[in-house]
Formats: sequence, structure tokens, C-alpha cells
Amino acid sequence: MSNEYRDAGQTIDIAPGDENLEGESFGQRVLGYVVGLGLAIFLTATSFFIAGTDLVWQPSIPIALVVLAIAQMGVHLVFFLHITTGDDNTNNVLALAFGVLIVVLVIGGSLWIMANLNHNMLQMDQLMQMQR
Amino acid sequence: MTDATMVSAHGDPHHLRGGGVHEGPASKRIVTGYGFWIFILSDMVMFSAFFATYAVLLGQTAGGPGGRELFDLRNVAIETGFLLASSFTCGLATIAADMRQKLWFQIAMAVTCVLGLAFLTIEAREFANLVARGAGPTRSAFLSAFFTLVGCHGLHVSAGELWLLTMMAQVFAKGFRADIQRRILCFALFWHALDIIWIAVFTVVYLLGSAA
Repeated sequence: MSNEYRDAGQTIDIAPGDENLEGESFGQRVLGYVVGLGLAIFLTATSFFIAGTDLVWQPSIPIALVVLAIAQMGVHLVFFLHITTGDDNTNNVLALAFGVLIVVLVIGGSLWIMANLNHNMLQMDQLMQMQR
Repeated sequence: MTDATMVSAHGDPHHLRGGGVHEGPASKRIVTGYGFWIFILSDMVMFSAFFATYAVLLGQTAGGPGGRELFDLRNVAIETGFLLASSFTCGLATIAADMRQKLWFQIAMAVTCVLGLAFLTIEAREFANLVARGAGPTRSAFLSAFFTLVGCHGLHVSAGELWLLTMMAQVFAKGFRADIQRRILCFALFWHALDIIWIAVFTVVYLLGSAA
């Protein structure tokens, strides 16, 4: 893997899901998955706890749940799918970024448009009365 | 840029190897894995449409039961635990495959398979229970969206189970050949991606859905 261009910041890409194994022992690889599992369990448990508790200000719960979910997705991407910010991973990260962009546009756009329509349009039963 | 990289850039006009080395295009493992990564991302775009549908139709229960009455969060927590554990053992199977340990690979994959089946069993029982209570997909727009989204994820897990068994059989019959290793890479991507989608499912569908 090592060549003279590595030092100049030029690295060979690695496949998504593959780990950069330089200097990684078997124990370190397993430890990576264990850490990921621990963080994921912690975040999941927090989500389920927060959803049913009276200890926090109620309107903050949906936002807290969304933040926890995004954090856990990040944990999975880093520890299970080995997506890193390293320059052997730029292609994988850019594809992911484009995917996230489309997902945000689809979900955000749908909610925005439908909320707007709900707000501006007459209810169906009122519409029917006007047509009589 | 040094002279050396300038010269080698001519032999590699598309900079497939990061601009440096005269080694031709990227290895087949990278091309295959990257292609499958694109597929997974497009799958997530498809799921995002179902999520948007569910979020829009969350309140449209047509006088029928809503999420608060229908969802059993303890069940969902157990399901989540099974799928998360299966993602972990799938990672262990990846390590075993890299180290060419046939026995450990088969053990880790078998555990992954059992955990996945436990997840599917709980989900099937939940669906059957809902239909038996008269809260099937035809009851309201909310329930249609619910069954479409969660059912689509369940179908993905079922397909993943079949793929998992195929990989166990292929490793048993053919060993860790390069093409089999690529399929294991793609399977691991698929399985971990399903767990990422499940995070969104249990948050949006169950936790936010039963709060609404």
C-alpha cells in the first residue's frame, strides 16, 4: 500500500465498508465494532427512555429523538461501515453526501408542501358544501 | 504537483487511482463495492419517499386507531436489540472473512441469521396482531403508510436473510475466493444499511408516531 505519493497526500481509494487496515490488529478491529455496539445501545436506550419520560420539557422530545437518531446513524456509518474523513474515502463520502441531499429534499420538501396545502386549502367537507 | 505526478497523470486520465500511480483503473473490489454503495444510497432515497408519506399521513386515521393505541414500544425495543446485535455479528463475520477463518465466519453468519429471523418473527406477529384487531393496511391512510414503510423494511430484511444463507453456502462450497469476498463485502454493506434504516423506522414510526 505504501508508495512515494502517499506522503504527498495521494492515497489509493478503498471500497465502502472496507477498513483502512494499516497498523490495525485483529483485537483493534473487534474493539471498533464493540465500541460501535456500545454507543448504539446507549443512544437507542436514550431514545426509548426520552420518548416515554416526563422528566424533560415535552415539546423538546421530538427534536431530541431526531438528534439521537442522526447521531446513531453517524455511529453506524463510522464504526460499522467504516466511512471516514480520510482521503482514501472521499468518493464514498461524496456519494453519501449526495444521497443525504436527496433524502433531505424529498422528506423536507414533502412535509413543507403538504403543511402549506393543509394550511391554505379548505377542508374537504367544506369544499363539498360549496359545490352544492 | 511534482513532475512525477504530472507524467503519470497522462497514463491515468480519469485519476482513478488518486492521480499518482501507473496501475490502471481501480481494483474490482473498489468498483463493485462503490457500485453497491450507490445502490444502497438510492434504496435510502426510495425509503425517504415512504418516510415522507408516513409523516404526511400520520394524522389521517379516518376515525380509526392511531399510533398511541397500536404500538407496543417494548416489542419495538426488543426488535431493535435483535437487529442491532445482528449488525454487530455481521461485522464479526466480515473480520472472519478477511482473516479467512471459515469456521468463525459460518458461526458469526449463523448467529446473524438467527437474530434476523427473531426480528422478522416479532415483526410478523405484530402485523398479524394489528390485522386481527381490525387495524390492517386498508383501515386508514395512516395504517396504509405504516404497513408500506415497515413492510418494505421487513421485505429487505427477508431478502437479506436469503442472501446471508447464500453467502454461507458459497463460502462452504467455494471458499474465500476474490469474487466471494466481494459478495461478502456487498452483503455486509446491505445488512448494516438495513440497520441504519431501522434507526429511522423506530424513531419516526414508533417513537414519534406514538407521541403524535
